[in-house]
Amino acid sequence: MYRYDQYDHQMLSDRVAQFRGQTRRYLEGRLSDAEFLPLRLQNGLYIQRLAPMMRIAVPYGLLSSRQLRKLAFIADHFDKGYGHLTTRQNIQFNWPALEEVPDILEHLAEVEMHAIQTSGNCIRNTTTDQFAGCAVDEIEDSRPYCEIIRQWSTFHPEFAYLPRKFKIAVCGTREDQAATQVHDIGIYIVRNEQGETGFRILAGGGLGRTPIVGHEMAGFVEKKHLLTFLEAILRVYNREGRRDNKYKARIKILVKETGPEAFRDKVHAEWEKIKDGAMTLTDAEIERCRSFFTAPPYRELPETSPELEQALASDLLFASWYQQNVRPHQRSGYAIATLSLKETGIAPGDISAEQMNFVADLADLYSFGEMRISHQQNLVFTDVEKGQLYALWKQLSTQSLGTPNLGLLTDLICCPGGDFCALANAKSIPIAESIQRQFSDQALLQDIGELAINISGCMNACGHHHVGNIGILGVDKKGEEFYQVSLGGSAGNRTSLGAIMGPAFAQEEIPAVIEKIVAVYREHRDPGEAFIETYDRIGMTPFKERVYAKAD
Amino acid sequence: MQKLIKNGSLVDDQWVLIKQASDAGILQALPGRDLIVPHRFWKFFQDDIANYWGQVTIWLDSDERVTDIREPLESFPLIGLNFPVFSDGRSYTNARELRENLGYQGEIRALGDVLRDQLYYMHRCGFDAYSLRHDQDPDECLQAFDDFATGYQASIDQPQPLFRRR
Ligand code: SF4
Repeated sequence: MYRYDQYDHQMLSDRVAQFRGQTRRYLEGRLSDAEFLPLRLQNGLYIQRLAPMMRIAVPYGLLSSRQLRKLAFIADHFDKGYGHLTTRQNIQFNWPALEEVPDILEHLAEVEMHAIQTSGNCIRNTTTDQFAGCAVDEIEDSRPYCEIIRQWSTFHPEFAYLPRKFKIAVCGTREDQAATQVHDIGIYIVRNEQGETGFRILAGGGLGRTPIVGHEMAGFVEKKHLLTFLEAILRVYNREGRRDNKYKARIKILVKETGPEAFRDKVHAEWEKIKDGAMTLTDAEIERCRSFFTAPPYRELPETSPELEQALASDLLFASWYQQNVRPHQRSGYAIATLSLKETGIAPGDISAEQMNFVADLADLYSFGEMRISHQQNLVFTDVEKGQLYALWKQLSTQSLGTPNLGLLTDLICCPGGDFCALANAKSIPIAESIQRQFSDQALLQDIGELAINISGCMNACGHHHVGNIGILGVDKKGEEFYQVSLGGSAGNRTSLGAIMGPAFAQEEIPAVIEKIVAVYREHRDPGEAFIETYDRIGMTPFKERVYAKAD
Repeated sequence: MQKLIKNGSLVDDQWVLIKQASDAGILQALPGRDLIVPHRFWKFFQDDIANYWGQVTIWLDSDERVTDIREPLESFPLIGLNFPVFSDGRSYTNARELRENLGYQGEIRALGDVLRDQLYYMHRCGFDAYSLRHDQDPDECLQAFDDFATGYQASIDQPQPLFRRR
């Protein structure tokens, strides 16, 4: 994990002091609402429906047990005792008081955390694969490059007032887990014919009102040129991105209106001017950043574990969790375990202070004191000895953290929606719960297999509904909450955007609609075929006919 | 009078800013004063400006680009870059291009909605003079340049990024 040196610490304490001053001037009436707005946003503070909402950065989702304990402390002392994991691998608190935010920031700084640029029209938290460094299909660990990008984008003086928010994702694995293609900039670590690793860089992807898959800006950028290339893209965007209409201000619209080829030419022309300049990365810096993400002190272990085999044979519930929530690890004798935060009845991604402290203790015991937040709003222990999985699971089950549903239908991605968010058209959490209640049978869930449902409360698409196999979007119909359902989205290597089925549904209709969609899939699937594959093969029609069939 | 910060202190301003002008008559109205005129005005009234006996220089709005200045940059003792509203970030890019790509050595002055909380970023992008919005407290503004002890990136005030210094 990256450790701050005196420079990083200094910048953070300067930031806290700066925001304390800004908050004071605001409360004294010397800063207008409009002037304070971008300042508080760039410190993670929204004013929401019920109270301010504060979003804390968890760079590329990596968190230590010490940091999680601090978050638990904040949840207890400044909030109502819980937090919410977001689809950008961050954590949000829904009830802090504005006057206390500088104090919260000071607490965070003690554990090398902050809320810098977690909202506002600037470069946001860079995200990546939650299994980085451990995934078996990894080309190279993405985290050092995420850290390099984090530092470059933090307080970048030229890009603090962009036309709109800007999100970057980095993918270091063959199987894309980071929804890389639907980011403003998507970066793939790739290997060229000489065997060197570098970056394939896309720009202009995004969800929201106009979902678009990113366009390739360069097929292979040498490592040392990473930052100058990013700077070139940002410079073209900052200069030319639309500022007259906030719905057309994202880079995807600029790329589309300019034309991907013409946009790429502009980026390369800009790059020529700054390439090999001072921001060219040095080998020393790449090595320095890599040195923070070395392997933990693993033990030499055999690939198989007798304790594990025995537990799998004797405990069916454990076996089902193992099958669903445990993934293979690069290292012999280790496994990656995901702690589901999707137990029915609890808002997806919500975690109580008590659970945070509990998880922190478990991370110390079982996973070298570190964990990750996934963009699917779960927690991941990346380095668990196989022989200890059973003990870990038994503990998790006592705190509603052992639900065996990773990747299954009930592992829903869901934004805070109308219960919390001022922008929402409709609630999203109750929808998630009604679906989870409808599908409570574990055997059925496992039979249905991999199926991603994503729910957003409005067009802003924080729940990434376009890339859900089934996407659900809250819409407003003459003041009433309705839900538009789409099918066929996916966020992996073959990123695709879902197609809308037809007229929207009322809230109480949704569970039955999902049930019908699932039934059509189960009737039509070939052996071993996942939902999305069946959909790709048979298309929308059979689903549509069933769902909109007139009752006899 | 507009308050001006230049090179880290509060100074008197010798220049008169012409925000808008559509005919050369304005030159007669301010005989001998040093003027900052819109770049468009400069291009259009070259001859009148040549005969004027004060100094004349230019300012650009945020939707204009410094790379479109055809005249030799040395002919401008200062170039103004406007912030029509503080949240419009285009003039940061214009300033950096002037300094970094075009090698401009003269004064770059921030005009318009120039507020305390943006000064640090402006400074790092190559501005060295700031015409503060009328309601800004100049002493508070002077402190803004010390908001941060250092930054990660290469910038005009610190050409080496932190990773080449740490
Ligand atoms: S998708 Fe809409 S409702 Fe949901 S969190 Fe985002 S802005 Fe709020």
